Amino acid sequence: MAFRLKLVPDETKIDFFRYAPATFGFSVVMVLASIVLVVVMGLNFGIDFRGGTTIRTESVQPVDVGAYRAAIAPLDLGDVSITEVFDPTFGPEQNVAMIRIQAQEGTEAVTPEIINSVEAALQAVDPSVTFPSVESVGPKVSGELIWTAIIAVLSATAAILVYIWLRFEWQFAVGAVVALIHDVTVTVGIFSLLQIKFDLAIIAALLTILGYSINDTVVVFDRLRENLIKYKKMELRDVMNLSVNETLSRTVMTSGTTLIALIALLVLGGDVIRGFVFAMTWGIVVGTYSSVYVAKNVVLFLGVKRDWSKTDGDSPAGTQFGKSGG
Amino acid sequence: MLHIPLWKRIVIWGLCALGVLTAAPNLFYGRVEGHNDALVALERNGAMTPEQEAARAAWPDWLPSNLVNLGLDLRGGAHLLAEVHVEDVYEDRMNGMWTEVRDRIRDATGTARRIQSPPDELRVRIGDPAKMAEAIEAVRDLASPVVTMTGVGQSDIEVTGEGDTVTVRLSEAERAATDDRTMDQSLEIIRRRVDEVGTREPTIQRQGGDRILIQVPGIGSAAELKALIGTTAKLTFHPVVSRTTDAQAAPGLGNILLPSADVEGEYYVLEQAPVVTGEELVDAKPDFDQNGRPAVGFRFNPTGARKFGDYTAENIGQLFAIVLDDEVISAPQIQSHIPGGSGIITGRFTVEESTNLAVLLRAGALPAEMTFLEERTIGPELGQDSIDAGRIASFVGLAAVVFFMVASYGLFGVLASVALGLNIAMIFGILSSIGGTLTLPGIAGIVLTIGMAVDANVLVFERIREEMKTARGPARAIELGYQKAMSAIVDANITTFITAAILFFVGSGPVRGFAVTLSVGIVTSVFTAIFVTRLMVVTWFEHKRPKTITV
Repeated sequence: MAFRLKLVPDETKIDFFRYAPATFGFSVVMVLASIVLVVVMGLNFGIDFRGGTTIRTESVQPVDVGAYRAAIAPLDLGDVSITEVFDPTFGPEQNVAMIRIQAQEGTEAVTPEIINSVEAALQAVDPSVTFPSVESVGPKVSGELIWTAIIAVLSATAAILVYIWLRFEWQFAVGAVVALIHDVTVTVGIFSLLQIKFDLAIIAALLTILGYSINDTVVVFDRLRENLIKYKKMELRDVMNLSVNETLSRTVMTSGTTLIALIALLVLGGDVIRGFVFAMTWGIVVGTYSSVYVAKNVVLFLGVKRDWSKTDGDSPAGTQFGKSGG
Repeated sequence: MLHIPLWKRIVIWGLCALGVLTAAPNLFYGRVEGHNDALVALERNGAMTPEQEAARAAWPDWLPSNLVNLGLDLRGGAHLLAEVHVEDVYEDRMNGMWTEVRDRIRDATGTARRIQSPPDELRVRIGDPAKMAEAIEAVRDLASPVVTMTGVGQSDIEVTGEGDTVTVRLSEAERAATDDRTMDQSLEIIRRRVDEVGTREPTIQRQGGDRILIQVPGIGSAAELKALIGTTAKLTFHPVVSRTTDAQAAPGLGNILLPSADVEGEYYVLEQAPVVTGEELVDAKPDFDQNGRPAVGFRFNPTGARKFGDYTAENIGQLFAIVLDDEVISAPQIQSHIPGGSGIITGRFTVEESTNLAVLLRAGALPAEMTFLEERTIGPELGQDSIDAGRIASFVGLAAVVFFMVASYGLFGVLASVALGLNIAMIFGILSSIGGTLTLPGIAGIVLTIGMAVDANVLVFERIREEMKTARGPARAIELGYQKAMSAIVDANITTFITAAILFFVGSGPVRGFAVTLSVGIVTSVFTAIFVTRLMVVTWFEHKRPKTITV
């Protein structure tokens, strides 16, 4: 018998629904807290959504935020934010700052004059400063991007709702979608709490979280569907518990490998995509939690039609894929 | 029970080999890139420099040489989103029609006077309101049918009459057709201008109705790119009526007042109709005038040359204005008849400016003005840092996942890890073959795939473990494991694929790159898990015929 790493014992009999009201209540509180956070603290929107210009500066000398601010102030550009960036991947002589300038009144096009004057002002403070990236987005595009983002998230959710509905039962679809809404809200909430820059890449991360979370949910649903047919007389609650327990070791294994890979990227991947990777890492944790404690709870509350054979004839709805692949 | 037919085995291993083979050039990125550049140079110039010969020889011709394109965020370069003012063209069209409309209305009703109107319309007050029907009829004769994809039938102009005013405007169908033409022309001209500078693989594509996305890797800054493509470069030659210093001077009918490009406060009154335009140029190159100052030499096509020759012959001693984008660059006196249709444009140019102007004139004028909605410049060092960081993170992530898998599933974990390696190779192979672009979020997509790709294997292995408890013998357990895990694998991956597809359709730039790597990763990971790993398991089983298995 070879050595095996067993993260989860072969047989588990954890009662996941023992504290169903408490866990579901916790989820509801988290969602509400996230909404309150977003309303009260707002999101730290990047230029993709707000318009404006960001300039990344890099210098061998330490960043002096005060001096930078003083140099830019005479240009009268409105709201200017300057933040120093720290990252373990930076070399000893690598000092990076991000400067964000608000969209200028009345200009759709981004004027190179403004960027040039800012660059000149900073070079006067620190001659060694360079500008590895300069990005500008006009207010017209940024307005459209917000809509694109919202439509993307909504249409992905709707598409998943329809797919799950077709393959399973409507209760499953509702459970899955409630879990997705939970994941997205809580992720947006943490971005509001930590005031991490929220840009277009974060929307991509949100959609990926949707994909991952649904992946997890579907695997347990699939087993649930199988067990509902196998144990026709068992209580719904017990069948669900059995299904979650049976798939537990897979859930832990997959979440574990994915998390390990993402944490490697989070630590070593550099600051440019850290926000993006953070959103995904957080989403994996939340998504794994929600497939058990949100999606299943919802299905449990809604109940499921148990008498599959009567309405659907011999083959239960949507198991035809299961027999393929010989 | 576990039989897999030979042809299937050949197809599966064949696809894996193909994946590895097409991915291989990416391991020698610099070398293959040099090889490809040399081939492009050979095609363009018909010859190669010795360095290019060497670069070509560094990678064998018979090996695949498609590479994954690196996105701007990894390679560095400039990104612009431009909006084309397609309405500009309506105005030009209306102005162009005015003389003919005037003549026809005059013939029909006696007098015709153009009155104030929105720029995209032509409003004409006619002499005799009673003859409105004739006036409309006369103008309608100018209409021609619009040819579109959806059908023929609509005429290109709409003519309406109210009181004593005839209104002419472009029909909806014509506007749509004009917009398409304007966009196609703009794209073509931008492409030519960018090609003149000779950078590698620029992306120039239309987005939506009136936008153009331009991405040029390797260019220093977006401002530089804007200077190149943002200039309309409309060149015209006009007879000069007079010179003035009064910016408010009334130019008079059929004339225009334009400022001088070089001298502040100097204005020219010119005849509105140009003698020749830049459209009739066949060549332009940087040159020097007789005093050794930078200038631009040009040559007209035969029609342009004739017009130019005739005009100069008839107007010796007169001033002749050279106008670029509504500014008078210079207004030299015509010294003598200029036959042959070539000449030089002088002005206060630097060598760089004259070179740029020559490029712009060669490529042609943009049909309409553009505004820039978005611009991004990413330095090459930042991109290289991102690649390095992404590479290290991917290897660390990969090593950790392999360790985890082998520790948990032993031999089966080893097989899954081999499949994971093949999976990554296939992602790169497919991206290279379809000309996909790898972006920074795309690297994150690959890392995510590394984590998730094992999911299908885990589902199967866990299922085999379960089946071992009840099934009769290991072969049956393996078979049932694959069979029963299938529906979960399919459902889980289709839902993930749905989100990736939506990302692809709504996203742009780096986000779209992420969607592509994610979707490709889903397809390859399902393929490797249910075909490759299974084939390996079955092959192992056939050789060993174990009585029991430990998953």
